[in-house]
Amino acid sequence: MIVDLFQKTRASSRRIKNPKESAHAPVTVTCKTCGREWSAQQYGKNGYVCPECGTHGRIRCRERIRLTVDKDSFSELFGELATGDPLGFPGYAEKISKLRTRSGLEDAVLTGTCRIGGIPACIGVMDSYFMMASMGSVVGEKLTRLFEYATEKRLPVVLFTCSGGARMQEGMFSLMQMAKVSGAAAKHSEAGLLYLTVLTDPTTGGVTASFAMLGDIILAEPGATVGFAGRRVIEGTIGETLPDDFQSSEFLLEHGFCDRIVPRSRMKEELARLLKLHEGKGGRKR
Amino acid sequence: MKRAMEEKLEWIRSPRRPNVDDIIAGVFSDFIELHGDRLYGEDHAMCAGIARLGDIPVTVLGQRRGHSTQENIEANFAMAHPEGYRKALRLAHQAEKFGRPIVCIVDTPGAFCGVEAEERGQGEAIARCLYEFMQLKTPVISIVTGEGGSGGALALAVANEVYMLTDAIYSVISPRGCASILWKDAAREIEAAEALKITAQDMLGFGLIDGIIEDSRRDSVLYRHIKSTLTDAVNRLSQLFGEQLAQTRYEKFRSYGVFEEHI
Repeated sequence: MIVDLFQKTRASSRRIKNPKESAHAPVTVTCKTCGREWSAQQYGKNGYVCPECGTHGRIRCRERIRLTVDKDSFSELFGELATGDPLGFPGYAEKISKLRTRSGLEDAVLTGTCRIGGIPACIGVMDSYFMMASMGSVVGEKLTRLFEYATEKRLPVVLFTCSGGARMQEGMFSLMQMAKVSGAAAKHSEAGLLYLTVLTDPTTGGVTASFAMLGDIILAEPGATVGFAGRRVIEGTIGETLPDDFQSSEFLLEHGFCDRIVPRSRMKEELARLLKLHEGKGGRKR
Repeated sequence: MKRAMEEKLEWIRSPRRPNVDDIIAGVFSDFIELHGDRLYGEDHAMCAGIARLGDIPVTVLGQRRGHSTQENIEANFAMAHPEGYRKALRLAHQAEKFGRPIVCIVDTPGAFCGVEAEERGQGEAIARCLYEFMQLKTPVISIVTGEGGSGGALALAVANEVYMLTDAIYSVISPRGCASILWKDAAREIEAAEALKITAQDMLGFGLIDGIIEDSRRDSVLYRHIKSTLTDAVNRLSQLFGEQLAQTRYEKFRSYGVFEEHI
């Protein structure tokens, strides 16, 4: 199910022009959709959205937090968790160690508390630059702890999802995270608390088949790829090419699997409004 | 018996291996199959119904693998669509209502990957199973009898007790899929299968299952083993109240994961 993402069938709209520059500081960015070239600064200023055609580019987790939460309100939680190698999987430990240095992240999700429009909330943001935000034990544990923390403190949870699915290098420990996070989300919900999901490009596999689809309200960024199976897997099964909008946010909306598509420029404002509408003691306990 | 990996994968794909219908006939009595998810349709890849385990009424759910090509086409090679998972969930809630234990026979390469499955929300259907099974206030026991393939298998394995047959496998991704992503070479399937640690013995070693049910070349012996394992489990779990069943099930899955904690 995760084949596609690694083969980049619908590549991110950010293409780094100068390969000598690190992923952190590309000089120019070419929009994958319209082909216009932008300075990284210009593109970044526009929230990594193409000023010409509005294509939403992929975005790092710290940048996402900066765009979404009230200034200086983010406080990281569970940053002490680091990846293990339970199977002794060939090449995994080396890969993680390299990525840790290069990305400045311990694993593929950042979790913490914040304020959005003045409302306190727990937030989790997945980062596709870290092994395509695949979910292993650390991602599962951090999100589970986030839901538990939110349940205890009676806070809403906002999750920005993106993922290639369960992380195969951690074998069945990865698959079990789907059940674990879903269970923690259920307990948070039983306490009458709000869970908002924001689907971003790409959300697939085991993440789609667990907490991404469990929000009380599910928002999506325009044009994000969201689905269960990889596009190529399906194309291989049916022997034909699928239309461009297959498994897009718009496709999900049309088929009834997300509530709203919200452009990045309006995301903070919408989240704040939704959080405000649920302000107070939370819903009735089940 | 415990087979080597290559032989194991061959056995997993063998059409002669007992399927959910054989196991139901061999282990339970009075089976009545029930159909439909009440939302979209009927999925022949998911077998569901009520039966007796000894004297105890139970709800049985399981992916259906055929013995012949014709049967496999009808049952979509044990790969359920969203309506299959929604049927399973409907009958799980029904079991909870009537206080029946739920027995899941897990045997699937995975949830179906197709256009209609995506249109009808395959991801949501599986997610909903995980979420709701976690909260069920009735005993849930799962047995991986052949292939436990990824999320499509896990959807029927959020259980109080999970068992595997000696030669069954349980994997986050098919070994072939893993080999083609990682090494761009599906032929290195056996190598991937070894690296992924997918055997019943691996799972037991990791503490991710509760026990191994000894397989046998004689099906009647296997059914006897399954029946006694299930009967013991049902008796054990029936001592717990509904809330306790949900809580211990959550705690079980809550404990899964391997990571470091730098303080």
